[in-house]
Amino acid sequence: MDNAISYMSKYIRIIVHICALLPLLTLFWDLRFDNLSVNPIQDITFRTGKPALVLLVLVLSVTPVRKWFGLHSLIQFRRTLGLYVFMYASLHFLVFVGLDYGFDIELLLSSVFKKPYVVLGFLAYLTLVPLAITSTRGWIRRLGKYWKMLHRLVYLTGILAVAHYIWAVKSDIRQPLLFAAVICLMLFARIPAFNRSLHLLSERWTSK
Amino acid sequence: MLNIPSPEITPEHIYLSRRKFMSGASKIMLGAALTVACSDQTESSNSDFDSGNRQTDRDNLGDSWTSYKSITNYNNFYEFSVNKERVAVMAQDLRISPWEIEVGGMVKNPGRYHVDDLLSKFDQEERVYRLRCVEGWSMVIPWTGFPLRRLLDEVEPTMNARYVRFETLYDPVQLPGQNDGWYSWPYVEGLRLDEASHDLTILATGIYGRALLPQNGAPLRLVVPWKYGFKSIKSIVRMDLVSEQPVSLWMKAAPVEYGFYANVNPNVHHPRWSQDTERRIGELQRRKTLLFNGYAEQVDNLYTNMDLKIHF
Repeated sequence: MDNAISYMSKYIRIIVHICALLPLLTLFWDLRFDNLSVNPIQDITFRTGKPALVLLVLVLSVTPVRKWFGLHSLIQFRRTLGLYVFMYASLHFLVFVGLDYGFDIELLLSSVFKKPYVVLGFLAYLTLVPLAITSTRGWIRRLGKYWKMLHRLVYLTGILAVAHYIWAVKSDIRQPLLFAAVICLMLFARIPAFNRSLHLLSERWTSK
Repeated sequence: MLNIPSPEITPEHIYLSRRKFMSGASKIMLGAALTVACSDQTESSNSDFDSGNRQTDRDNLGDSWTSYKSITNYNNFYEFSVNKERVAVMAQDLRISPWEIEVGGMVKNPGRYHVDDLLSKFDQEERVYRLRCVEGWSMVIPWTGFPLRRLLDEVEPTMNARYVRFETLYDPVQLPGQNDGWYSWPYVEGLRLDEASHDLTILATGIYGRALLPQNGAPLRLVVPWKYGFKSIKSIVRMDLVSEQPVSLWMKAAPVEYGFYANVNPNVHHPRWSQDTERRIGELQRRKTLLFNGYAEQVDNLYTNMDLKIHF
């Protein structure tokens, strides 16, 4: 399986790009053909935020999935996915402050940026900025061992982003909690003890 | 009858400040793309139903009516769907006739009323009201209906009655959203008796001169224009006069966020969202949210000596 991924990587790469761009393309399509609701700015806000979160979950899943299933060649898609997270998050942020609030900084600061969901979302976005900047080969080389340390910041992004989602919904937080559960699982998967017990569990299960 | 000033005498400063706010300093990103998307919804229609640009189609602050299409296709009605655009589709088959409403509790003359009888019994008036959703969007809706007070006069609340408790139809077959255990069905709302008796408070039976559609709460719904939209309970089957403050569905679902009063008030902060501004459906820029949704003059005497931050 892992070999297959390496062998087909050129094609898989194209598929990854298409899938990651699909939410944006369908959004433009719906804009062009007037398929959005009568509250289009809110639709655009939601439809840029959700892909950012979904892609972030995928980014956080790469390492655990590689480990659990031995799919080591998945690593080559992680940067691409991460940059798409940044793209959607940037759009989401710009749509919110620009399209929704018309860059009315006074209003944004006096009332909007006091709301937990806005603060959490903004912090989540801020953590993405250094990660996107240092995603190039040059920066990886220059930062050396510090690069890996810096990029652990993405764990914080995950927590902030899902907290942002929980605070943004009206009352029914079942879906945000589902995202929170998956992100927690992916973060726990970074803890060696967690993986060891997971391994033990699976061995016990398969030996039965 | 409420004395609503005609648009001709809307104070100029209100008019101008609103224009100034709307025209704002900001340049809109993606503006061109959005104009294409939104203009179809506000301007493209040919029929009177879909456009609100006749001179008379304005509310008491001079704002145009929201298009019939928007009013009937963007609805919060969780009994059908949590997706505002799905509601109209899901609600199509609701049986709205025959429909009875039972009025009871602390009244001298309890009774069951056919909606058709209410329509013939009470004169139907047009009331153009702003509707402000707690989610931060708003519309201007030309309702037809009659003041709730008329019905209350008919049943005669007793001395001990202090509140009115309203209940929506409970029928999980027709209202599939009621199978979702996250909320405590049926939908319940309440008003203090003086709020319920206020002239602005109506039971609506129509929109744009047409019979109410199920997605808008057919055949009979409450409209309380100075409160957030969720107070205006839809498809009512039961009204009870009670002595204790009723507990609404939203108060149960999130007590910290939704209080009994739920008056539109930019100074009372909602824990999740900013209530300072709103987006009028059909417009691109936000508007400032007005105290009591712009009806302060008519209703603020209901709340003298009350801390509205405590009684939110």
